[in-house]
Amino acid sequence: MNDHPAHGLLDLYEKGPFYCEMKDGAARDPRVATIFDRLAQMAPEELRRRADIAEAELYNLGITFTVYSEKDAIDRVLPFDLIPRVLTPPEWDTLERGVRQRVAALNKFIWDIYHDQKILADGIVPRHLVLGNANYRPEMVGLDVPHGTYAHVCGIDIVRDEHGGFLVLEDNARTPSGVSYVIENRHMMLRMFPDLIDGIDVKPVGDYGMQLHRALAEIAPADISDPQVVLLSPGIYNSAYFEHIFLAREMGVPLVEGRDLCVERGRVWMRTTAGLAPVHSIYRRLNDDFLDPDVFRPESTLGVAGLIDVWRNGRVALANAVGTGVADDKAIYAYMPRIIRYYLSEEPILSNVQTHICGEPEGLAYTLDHLHELVVKPVGESGGYGLIIGPHASAAERAEFRAKLKADPENYISQPMIKLSVSPTLCGNRLAPRHVDLRPFAITGRDTWVLPGGLTRVALREGSLVVNSSQGGGSKDTWVLE
Amino acid sequence: MSAVMSASTSQRGGTLLLSRYAECLFWFARYMERVENLARILDVTDTFVRHGADQSGWLSIVQINADEERFTKLHGRATAETVLRFYLTDKENPTSITSTLFAARENARTLRPLISTEMWSQMNMFFNRARQLTPDDARPSRVSQICAFLKEGCQAHTGITEGTFFRDQGWAFYSIGKYIERGDQTSRLVDVKYHTLLPTLRDVGGAQDVNQWHALLRAASGYHAFRRVYPSGMTPGLVAGFLLFNHSFPRSIVTSIHQIELYLTQLGSGYGLRGAYVGLERLPEIRAALMDQTIEQILARGLHEFLDWIQLQFLGLADAIAEAFWRNPAPAAGVAWSQSQG
Repeated sequence: MNDHPAHGLLDLYEKGPFYCEMKDGAARDPRVATIFDRLAQMAPEELRRRADIAEAELYNLGITFTVYSEKDAIDRVLPFDLIPRVLTPPEWDTLERGVRQRVAALNKFIWDIYHDQKILADGIVPRHLVLGNANYRPEMVGLDVPHGTYAHVCGIDIVRDEHGGFLVLEDNARTPSGVSYVIENRHMMLRMFPDLIDGIDVKPVGDYGMQLHRALAEIAPADISDPQVVLLSPGIYNSAYFEHIFLAREMGVPLVEGRDLCVERGRVWMRTTAGLAPVHSIYRRLNDDFLDPDVFRPESTLGVAGLIDVWRNGRVALANAVGTGVADDKAIYAYMPRIIRYYLSEEPILSNVQTHICGEPEGLAYTLDHLHELVVKPVGESGGYGLIIGPHASAAERAEFRAKLKADPENYISQPMIKLSVSPTLCGNRLAPRHVDLRPFAITGRDTWVLPGGLTRVALREGSLVVNSSQGGGSKDTWVLE
Repeated sequence: MSAVMSASTSQRGGTLLLSRYAECLFWFARYMERVENLARILDVTDTFVRHGADQSGWLSIVQINADEERFTKLHGRATAETVLRFYLTDKENPTSITSTLFAARENARTLRPLISTEMWSQMNMFFNRARQLTPDDARPSRVSQICAFLKEGCQAHTGITEGTFFRDQGWAFYSIGKYIERGDQTSRLVDVKYHTLLPTLRDVGGAQDVNQWHALLRAASGYHAFRRVYPSGMTPGLVAGFLLFNHSFPRSIVTSIHQIELYLTQLGSGYGLRGAYVGLERLPEIRAALMDQTIEQILARGLHEFLDWIQLQFLGLADAIAEAFWRNPAPAAGVAWSQSQG
């Protein structure tokens, strides 16, 4: 580790006041140190060369999202950083158990709010936060879904603080995307970096398609022995179309659009060259609103008229179920630790980012006292609109916000600013620390399976905490050591 | 033949194909074949003109593609520069190679769940190179080079498809599209010669004329095969007859019809698709027209009229297939709900 060549990649690497996935990870597992060492030995020009080849390959293979203008279609590559993010076995054990627990609680919560509403009656979660939520679907009340599973595919966004502790930032229980990059990134790494992974056992990620197909088969109507599964996509103009293709291929099922399906005689069918053929289980990558013009947006042409009715009658399966959006809402997020305790009688394995609920007196008092060091966000349907970042706001802005907060405390939560962990990332010809997060993916049919690792997103701009692809984010391969 | 085929395809009979995918495969193949043939036609016209035919050779391309109205509005006179630009790089022209490749790639994009990764990747790279052609590249001095690049891209596509595309009913729809387009385009290629001949009828049989027939054979990659079949002769009748009727020449109209029949039969008896018979019913008439008259009779009655008629037959066939398989998909064919569709 001390034998760096004269112009080593890591000579100038300073991780700063953050947890570094590689440098601090090396102290936790000698294999991380080995990877770190191998990187340090590598000539910067060689790494740059491989990175350029990798980018060209992603473009040529069409692992891209397409931006359509009036006359043109431009393919963009999600930037891929060749330096892997490595998780040690104990770290992954915690994450995996934590994600399972969270998914179990989410599904029990969704069942409850569409049935007995005990959690509301017991005053654990305020009634209006659930029933008044735009994503609460009254159509779901009393409906039973196979195995009590609503959120069949879940992505849990996780960050690490400066001590290396894992914190859940957000739950995604609707149609989380990004899993195709996890698998394609691995293929790319094995092609571009066989010398980095050599002799190190990393958990494989290639099972995802089979696991997803298994879950979709498990929720199909019980009397169907060999169910026809399809993936329902909004079509080639959707920015996640590559992922739809990828998943349809991995599952070996047709990628259908709404116009390929129809409802007749109480069943869902697809139009084939041999006539109509039955469909039993649908992995939909369409939002609730667009699924069925008879029930939701009447003007939508992406969905299938009559689909929800067939689903309610148990003649077709839908993943994810309708109405899961209420569970991954910011307002509900703040209550997730309590929701976990309530349904599972367990302590949360993964903590939330410390969240103060301003609707509660202590939370409000704390927020008002510490406004200069907190991020305050409105909850409910308005999403990220109207938040204040205390440390960056002026005294006048804080005073103004204080008044708003007092007038309507129930509309706000507050959180400390998290010092996200960093990972060495190729910037130009050297490695520099860049902030990362992690989105593990869980698939649930009868049981829950968690894809080892997940999507590591990286904020490529120096100092940036925003990992979204729309704002200069890229991705890395995530290695879970055996 | 068909008995053998149904035995070998019966196990695959359970594979389902979305109507939309059948349509996209059909058009994907057609567009790729169209690009290759348009490149051949541009190339051969360039050769004609360079070897002395007057500039009206360029107009003939516009005519055989029935683009006169749009072309004249844009460019007025047909010259090497305007026609090459119109057909090579003009994104606004839906019949240009750039536009056709774009359409092929959008079909391929839709088909990505079905086609091989290599097919998509080659299509993607080919398109991205072709879209970089500028009007400056469409200069007469570069035509030959650019047409070679385009032909090569299309042939790489054909080879990769042959070597990697799964042989279920999707392959049959792809192949039918390819051969309908190829037959149609060969008829147009022969028609170029007809149009070019028009103003210079007096030269028939002269050195110029023979040269042009040579060039036509070369454009269709048929020159050496023609020589093997006819070592000593080279008459318009022999060349046209070869391009239209030769059973062994892969670009002849007869070969196209034969292949279309083969794949329609496979869809009908191998996959039990009733729609296939709508197409098959149209074939005897076309075949009769090809078999029952000699090339001399056709030339005497009018080659252009015959080629026109052939093109109408291909149009009708394509239409019947679209009608049967994707425009009005058949209703549920008594498929029981619980029956497994694999």
